[in-house]
Amino acid sequence: MSEAALTQAGPQEGMDGLVDDWSSDKQTYHVPWGKAMMWIFLVSDTFIFTCFLTAYLHVRLTTTEPWPVQGAIFALSLFGSDPIPLILIALMTFILITSSGTMALAVNMGYRKDKEKAFWLICATAFFGLCFVGMQMFEWSKLILDEGIRPWQNPFGAAQFGSIFFMITGFHGLHVSGGVIYLMWVALRVRRGYYDEKGYEIVEIVGLYWHFVDLVWVFIFAFFYLL
Amino acid sequence: MSSEAGQQHPLGIYYKIWILLFVLSGFSYAVDFYEVQGAMRWTLVLLFMTLKAGFITAIFMHVVWERMALVATILGPPIVLLLFISFMAIEGNYTENARFSYMGHDRDAVALTPEDLHGGGHGGEEHGEEAEH
Repeated sequence: MSEAALTQAGPQEGMDGLVDDWSSDKQTYHVPWGKAMMWIFLVSDTFIFTCFLTAYLHVRLTTTEPWPVQGAIFALSLFGSDPIPLILIALMTFILITSSGTMALAVNMGYRKDKEKAFWLICATAFFGLCFVGMQMFEWSKLILDEGIRPWQNPFGAAQFGSIFFMITGFHGLHVSGGVIYLMWVALRVRRGYYDEKGYEIVEIVGLYWHFVDLVWVFIFAFFYLL
Repeated sequence: MSSEAGQQHPLGIYYKIWILLFVLSGFSYAVDFYEVQGAMRWTLVLLFMTLKAGFITAIFMHVVWERMALVATILGPPIVLLLFISFMAIEGNYTENARFSYMGHDRDAVALTPEDLHGGGHGGEEHGEEAEH
């Protein structure tokens, strides 16, 4: 390499240098930047939920108080029947899976530039998300008002049951609520044709977020409610 | 399939996975409904959970069609978490055993259910007292 070339490409100082050092004219991820960033966010969110679930694992192992029987606590009578164990949670699971399916179809319709179908499918996804949050509010109020479960105590067994329950399902419910707002935002822009020039990757990006919320629920359903 | 052109796949695969997720969720719920207990319960619940999580990530989130660089970024860091989880499980077991063996905690304590407290009905009046102390 000649000396002239070295000076030309030589290291710059300050802010320009910072930019220069990080940009080696080589793209690592061959996806739109928004999608790469969404994945980075989801990986970090995975760590948060894993920390919550690991805290739950540890608390449940170490406490010598008996753990409340989830099947009995989350039982619900439908139309005057005997209480059916976990029925509400099962319904919530099915609703979330339904919403995941409509989201997957919306992504597909987005890439086909079928704005009308994409819009309605995203709306359906948001609607199922709202149903989920509504059922969760019902579940919370039942546990708080009828069963007297608090984050610091409950009448059934280990006090940690309440703190873990409210923390994990609360944080997940917050994700669902945020997701509904995000979905509606994208849906309205899809309908207005905002993405005609930019491309419809945004539908896939919001889809990634939504599937992740469903994914987290799969783990919560297994570890908190079934095991 | 290049991801730069966007993730476009035939609709059929989404429908199939969608139905599969319903079936797997139904199986998970059936494990609870038919009161399968012990090692079998753990095996089945974890199996259905892993399958569901796998299909959502692979197909719905398109990971199976992504390039290796992105897949490694997504799946690599969470693998480290498995190590963390196993450490906490080992430590938690040790703590529990110490409490049972040396601190006189009751091994045979049984949790109460809503039926024990308000006899099947949902009174809501009498709760709370037992846990005051």
